[in-house]
Amino acid sequence: MADVVLNNIVKTYNKGEVKAVNDVSFEVRKGELFGLIGADGAGKTSIFRILTTLLLPDSGTAYVDGCDVVKDYKTIRKKVGYMPGKFSLYQDLSVEENLHFFATVFDTTVAENYDLIKDIYVQLEPFKTRRAGKLSGGMKQKLALCCALIHRPNVLFLDEPTTGVDVVSRKEFWEMLKGLKQQGITILVSTPYMDEATLCERIALIQSGSMMMIDTPDQIIKKFPDKLYAVKANNMIRLQTELRNNSQIKSCYSFGDYHHITMENEQLTIDNLRASLQNEGLYNLEVKEITPTIEDCFMSLMNR
Amino acid sequence: MKLNKDNPKSLSAANSQLSVEREEVIKTDKLTKRFGDFVATNQVTFEVYAGEIFGFLGANGAGKTTAMKMLCGLSKPSSGNATIAGFDIYKQTEQIKKNIGYMSQKFSLYDDLTIVENIQFFGGIYGLSDQQLKTKSNELIETLGLQNEANKLVNSLPLGWKQKLAFSVAVLHEPRIVFLDEPTGGVDPITRRQFWDLIYQAAEKGITIFVTTHYMDEAEYCNRISMMVDGEIKALDTPANLKQKYAVSSMDEVFYELARGAKRAVS
Repeated sequence: MADVVLNNIVKTYNKGEVKAVNDVSFEVRKGELFGLIGADGAGKTSIFRILTTLLLPDSGTAYVDGCDVVKDYKTIRKKVGYMPGKFSLYQDLSVEENLHFFATVFDTTVAENYDLIKDIYVQLEPFKTRRAGKLSGGMKQKLALCCALIHRPNVLFLDEPTTGVDVVSRKEFWEMLKGLKQQGITILVSTPYMDEATLCERIALIQSGSMMMIDTPDQIIKKFPDKLYAVKANNMIRLQTELRNNSQIKSCYSFGDYHHITMENEQLTIDNLRASLQNEGLYNLEVKEITPTIEDCFMSLMNR
Repeated sequence: MKLNKDNPKSLSAANSQLSVEREEVIKTDKLTKRFGDFVATNQVTFEVYAGEIFGFLGANGAGKTTAMKMLCGLSKPSSGNATIAGFDIYKQTEQIKKNIGYMSQKFSLYDDLTIVENIQFFGGIYGLSDQQLKTKSNELIETLGLQNEANKLVNSLPLGWKQKLAFSVAVLHEPRIVFLDEPTGGVDPITRRQFWDLIYQAAEKGITIFVTTHYMDEAEYCNRISMMVDGEIKALDTPANLKQKYAVSSMDEVFYELARGAKRAVS
């Protein structure tokens, strides 16, 4: 059996008015690094809370490490590590005290499982007497991860660990996850950053409580339905206006210093497009076919 | 929105040659803020020009929030000078507040007021007349396509809509400058781009945009960006020039080059 299994999970709030999780099914295999990719309000946190036995689903079944999330909640709580999206450690305890506290709660010691957190904890060690509330964002995140790991869980749940964190710290965090994966821990991680999707083995793209697609990042990119082009010109805002007004252009989204477009049909050739844009007075044109990113795929699925 | 081909405010036309003749709406000179021994913002000097989209980037803990608070007239500098929309950062903080707009990911609107009530509340605070308020709120609701939601609580809106509404409210009084603190954090990719459409529209009207973000593709949408590292501005230029300077192909790499040496991020 997979380490995490969800069968048709539904969760509503406000007496059914808000459908947070809408018939969601997926599996996370043993030792897998699985990503739940979606914006705020997509239902990611509800899924995490159901799997960590903090919230009851309206319907559907779910299992973590072979245990039912409703019946076997006590067993599950001993076997999983959970890092919520909101910093939830004791702000007025020191780094060290927090770690010892969580080890004790789980009936173990820091020494017993130190090898698991060693690589992360050494970065925190110089500040071990500092109160958790006084740490920087990146350090809080590392401490929270250590506390979620200190009882050597089989499955690790990380709810948006990199939200609001800068590019450098985000890279470091994903390096740490790779290290944990090598130690055999199954990891379910959520993120609103599409560029992090490719760092997972498999991902689920989720929007408004529903799964849009579940697969490896490579396969999701292969399933992108159209040819995708990147376009650049001297004036990017005007270029966007022209592209949006062109009825043969199916979609047009800004992507950094390019706009990504798909075409309604194949009649519009790159040469035609180039000519028509030049006619509008745009110059320094660059049009090239590109491989879609996960973000392209996500937006294409949102529009279906 | 169809833009004039010769519009001088167009993105690509921005950049260095404009800086000579354009009005400086933000001007700082060695702006510094100390908390005890800790120098949060260290002798920061830069200018932002009218109508510019200015990206204010930096690693966590680099001192962005502290600098922004000073620029908004909410925190007194320890030393240095600055003028915002022509007003002095020490003596004229009330005038500064009247001439700027502000929104952040965290605080934007009152969840337990309706959309119309929020517009009226914030418009009223900024001194719009009843007539102006009526016209403006109708305009805004129509532009955002929120006719059916106008009398619903803000709480009931999806995050993306909240953020678009919050931005529109922040520029309702047509401020000289609007400060946006991670306005698109956690927003879905389509809404995030729609949000930038609103930013462009505001910039077209001549409102200066001062924005922070963790999305490096958004850094590309700015006319110029500054990068703060350990309380100092380590780089300030157009995205194109920065990429050239560091010989990399994306802003992500520029950020990485500049921020990885940061000392504060680890403490």
